[in-house]
Amino acid sequence: MSKADLLPGTLDLLILTTLKRAPLHGYGIAQSIKRVTDEVLTVEEGSLYPALQRLLLQGWVKAEWKVTETNRRARYYALTPAGRKQLGMEISKFEQMMAAIGRVLADAGEA
Amino acid sequence: MSAIGRGWRKLAVLLRSERFGGDLDEEMQFHCEQLVRELREQGMSPEEARCAAIRQFGNLTRLRERSHDVMGFRLETVAQDLRFALRQLRRSQGFAVTAVLMLALGMGASVAIFAFVDAALIQPLPYTQPNRLADVTESLALFPRGNLSYQDYLDWKRMNKSFSSLAAYHGTNDLLQGPNGTVIVSGMQTSAEFLRTLGVQPAMGRDFNPGEDSPNAPATLLLTWSGWQKWFGGRKDVVGQTVQLSGEPATVIGLLPRSFVFAPGGKLEYLRALQPRNECMKRRSCHNLYAVGRLKDGVSLAAARDNMKAIAAQLEKEYPDSNRGQGASVMPLAQAITGDIRPILLVLLCGAGLLLLIASVNVSNLLLVRAEKRRREMAVRGALGASWRRLVRQYVTEAALLAAAGFALALPLADTAMRLLRSMIAKDRLDAMPYLQGLGLTPHAWLFAAAVAMLAAALFSVPPILRLPAEHLREDLNEGGRGSVGRVWKRLGGHLVIAELAIAVVLVAGAGLLARSLWRMLHVELGFEPDHLAMLSVELPEVEYPRPEQQAAATQAILDRVRMLPGVQAAAASTLPPVGCNCNTDWIRFVGKPYNGVHNEVNDRQVSADFFTTIRAQLVCGRLLTLADDARHPKVVVINEALAQKYFPGEDPIGQVIGDTDLKQDSLRKIVGVVANIRDAALDSGMWPAEYESLAQDPDTYFTLMVRTAGDPKALLPEMAAAIRQINRSAGIEQETTMEARIHDSGTAWLHRSAASLVGGFAALALLLSVIGLYGVIAYSVSQRTREIGVRMALGAQRGAVQSMILREAGWLAALGIVVGLGCAIAAASLMKSLLFGVRAWDISTLAAVAAVLALSALLASLLPARRAAGVNPVEALRSE
Repeated sequence: MSKADLLPGTLDLLILTTLKRAPLHGYGIAQSIKRVTDEVLTVEEGSLYPALQRLLLQGWVKAEWKVTETNRRARYYALTPAGRKQLGMEISKFEQMMAAIGRVLADAGEA
Repeated sequence: MSAIGRGWRKLAVLLRSERFGGDLDEEMQFHCEQLVRELREQGMSPEEARCAAIRQFGNLTRLRERSHDVMGFRLETVAQDLRFALRQLRRSQGFAVTAVLMLALGMGASVAIFAFVDAALIQPLPYTQPNRLADVTESLALFPRGNLSYQDYLDWKRMNKSFSSLAAYHGTNDLLQGPNGTVIVSGMQTSAEFLRTLGVQPAMGRDFNPGEDSPNAPATLLLTWSGWQKWFGGRKDVVGQTVQLSGEPATVIGLLPRSFVFAPGGKLEYLRALQPRNECMKRRSCHNLYAVGRLKDGVSLAAARDNMKAIAAQLEKEYPDSNRGQGASVMPLAQAITGDIRPILLVLLCGAGLLLLIASVNVSNLLLVRAEKRRREMAVRGALGASWRRLVRQYVTEAALLAAAGFALALPLADTAMRLLRSMIAKDRLDAMPYLQGLGLTPHAWLFAAAVAMLAAALFSVPPILRLPAEHLREDLNEGGRGSVGRVWKRLGGHLVIAELAIAVVLVAGAGLLARSLWRMLHVELGFEPDHLAMLSVELPEVEYPRPEQQAAATQAILDRVRMLPGVQAAAASTLPPVGCNCNTDWIRFVGKPYNGVHNEVNDRQVSADFFTTIRAQLVCGRLLTLADDARHPKVVVINEALAQKYFPGEDPIGQVIGDTDLKQDSLRKIVGVVANIRDAALDSGMWPAEYESLAQDPDTYFTLMVRTAGDPKALLPEMAAAIRQINRSAGIEQETTMEARIHDSGTAWLHRSAASLVGGFAALALLLSVIGLYGVIAYSVSQRTREIGVRMALGAQRGAVQSMILREAGWLAALGIVVGLGCAIAAASLMKSLLFGVRAWDISTLAAVAAVLALSALLASLLPARRAAGVNPVEALRSE
C-alpha cells in the first residue's frame, strides 16, 4: 500500500468534494477517498476528525445522527450551501495551483 | 464566515459541551468498529484486527483533544490568565491596593452623583404618562414663570384646544385645631380635576367631584399619607370625618396613595378644593395660582405654548387694564420641578466625572509603568510561543480584574456617599424634593456603574497593549533586564500626567470660583443688620379677627407683649420678611405723572412702625413710619432708593402720592420717606423697587414677627411663641428661626454652598491624585535613570545640577498641565456661569491662586524623587548595572 502525503490545504477540499455527492459519516468519508484514489490517498483519522470539527465551526458542513444500512447509529456530515460555495472557491484555487505546477513541469521538460 | 457567526456556533457547542464530547466519542467508536470489521474481512483474527485498528487510529485522547482545541473556548486558559493576573496583583500589593482604591473612589463619587441626577432628572415623575404633563402659568418680562390669576385660568381652561384637562393649584396654610392646641398645617388648594390631570387615584374614598371647587359647595379635602398619620394616626374610618380648618368645617372625602408626591407643593398634608371665595380670586389682576395641564394626544408642547400665548394675547386685548404684558409660559412639568437644581447637578456630575477620569488616568499610568517593567516577561512568553493574542488577553484580564474590584468597592462607597449627602439636606428642603425618595442604588445606578467599570477595563487594557513587543522580541529580551526608560512610555506617561494636572486645575479652579461666589453671596449688601434677629411667622385665626381693625389691634398687642420680654431691644412685624423673593408685587402709578398703562411692578410689603429700626435699615431722607400711621390717619408709604431712582430721577419723592392703576381714592398713599435698599429677595436676585406700607393701615392675619435681642436670638424663640399664645391661644406659629440662619439656609445660599463644598471635595481629591500621579512618573523616571545619573556624576556633575535636572523635568510637565488646565478652566467656568455670582469665569485672582497651589503641590511631589536622584551613589549605580 503506497501512501502519498496530502498537499497542504487539500484535506478540506477532499472532504467537501466527497460530501458533495451524498452525506456520509466519518468512516465513510475516509473509505470513499481511499476507494476513489485507488488507495493512493488515505486520510488519517488523526487529521480527519479535527478537520471535520473545523468545517462544522466554519458552517460549511452540518452533522446529524442517522442510522446506517447495517442498523448502527452514525453521525452523518452533509454540505451546507455555504460549504458548496466554499468548495467552488477551493476547487478554483486548487486548479490554479495545479496549472501553475503544470507550467513549471512543462518548463523543466523543455529545458 | 463571519467571526460573529463562528463565535455563536462556538458558544452553542460550549453550552452543549458534554454532548459534544459524547458525540465525538461515539463517532470515533463507530469508526473504530468499522475498521475492525474491514480488517477482519481481509482475514485478520478479531484480536489482531482490534490492535491494528487502534494502532491506525493513534492516541485517542490526543485526537479528542485536538478536536476539542478546534471547538472550545479554552476556558481553562481563561482561568489560567485569571490565576496569573491574581498572582501578579498579589505580588505587587501596593500597586493593586492603590489602583483599586483610586478607581473605587472615582467610581463611587460618580455613581453617587449619578444616582442624584437619576432621581431628579432621569426617573419619570410618578404620574400617568408624565411626559404629557405641562406646567402652565402666566409670564411677564420680570417673571418668566409668574402666577396665574383665577379669572384668567377660567378663560384659559375654556378657550384652549391643547389640554385634555387643565388644573389650577396653590399652596395653602390652615389652622388645624388639634389635641395639642392649634397647629399650622400645609397643603394645597386644587381645582377639582387636579388628580385626574396627573392620573392619580385616591387609595381610599373618592376624588373631588366636578363642581366641588365652586364657591358655594361644601368644603372637601383629601388627605395625603403623612397628613393621615399626623391628623388621624392612620385611623381606618377617616373618610367622612369632619375637621375644622381655620375655623371652618371641611369633610375628608378620600386618602391619597402613600406614593403620592407633588414637588411644587412641598410637604403636603392635604388637598383642599380650590373654592374661589376670597377677593383675590375675583380680581383678574390678582395672580396667586399655578396650573398643570395634560396635553391632548397629538398636541406638542410647542403647539400648546403657541395656543396659550394666542389666548393670552386675546385676553390682553379684552382686558387691557389687568392683562397688559401678561403672556403665557408652557413647559414640561419635570422642568418646572427640577429646573433650579438641574445646573448644579450637571456641574456636580461633570466634577465627579473628571475625578473619575483623573483616577483612571492615574491607574493607567501605573499600569503603563508595570507594562514597562514586564516587557521582558512578555518577551519571554512570546519567545516560548505565546501568541500576541494570548499576551493581549493577559493584560485585558488584569485590567478587567482591577475594574471589577473597583466596581465591587465603589458600590458600597457610592451608597454611603448618597446617604451622607442626603442626610446633609435640611428636612424642609428634602420635603420640597420628593423625587429624592427614589435615591439609591437603583437599576439605573447599577447599569451606570457597570458601564463605567467596563469602560475603565477597556481603558486600562490599551496602554500596556501598546507596549507589547510585536516584532522586536529579541531587542526586548536583550534590553529588558537593563530597564532603560522606553521613549514611548516617557512620552505617553508624560502626556497622561499633563492631562491629570490639567483636570485637577479645572476642578480646583471650579471649586475656587464656586467658593468665591458663595462668599460674595453671603456678603452681599443686605441693607440691614441680620445679627441678633429672631423671627417667626404668626397666623391669627381669621374667624376671631374678621375685621382689619381687630387684626391691627391684635398685631399691636402681640408686638407690645413681645417687647416686654427680657433682652428684647425692638420688635416689628412684616407681611414678608427680607431675604425672601421678588414677589407679592403691586402695580403702581403716581398722581400728577403721565401714565401710559404700563404695569409699574414693585415689591409691596406691609410693615409695622418699628420695622426699619428693628432691622436697622438706613433712612436716606424723609421719615420712617410711626405708630400714628394707623387707620385713622391718611395712608403713607416708605419707598426704597431703587424706586426713587427709577420713578423720580432727579426729583424729591417725598410728598409724592402713589396709587393703584386706577388711582382709586382709597389706594392713594403719600411717600414720607426713602430708605436705602433692603434685600427683599434672594441673595443672588436683583434689587427691585419696593414700597413699605404701614401694617396698621393695611393689616393681615399672617405676618412675620422680627425681634432684635441683646442675647442669643435662637434662645428667645420659645418665649416669643409663649408671648403670642398669651394674646391668642389658637394662633398658629411656624418657621421659628433667626435672620442669620434664614440667610445661611436660604435656597440660593444652600445651592451654592452644596455646589462649592462638593466640587471642593472633588477638587481636593483630584489635586491629591494628580500630585500622586506626578510623583509616580518622576519617581519612576528617576529610578530608571539611576545608571545615567551615576554616569553623569562620575563625569563630574554636581548633586545640585542633578537635582535641578529632575526638577526641570517635573517643572515642564507641571507648567504644561497648569497652562492647559487654566484654558480648560475658563471654558468650563463659562459653562457653569449660571452658578457663578459676582465672579467672572476668568477671575484672575482665583486662577492665579489655583496656578500657585498646583505649582506648589507639583514642586512638593517632585522634590522627593529629585533629592533621591541627587543622592545616587555613582559607584553603586554603575556597579549594580
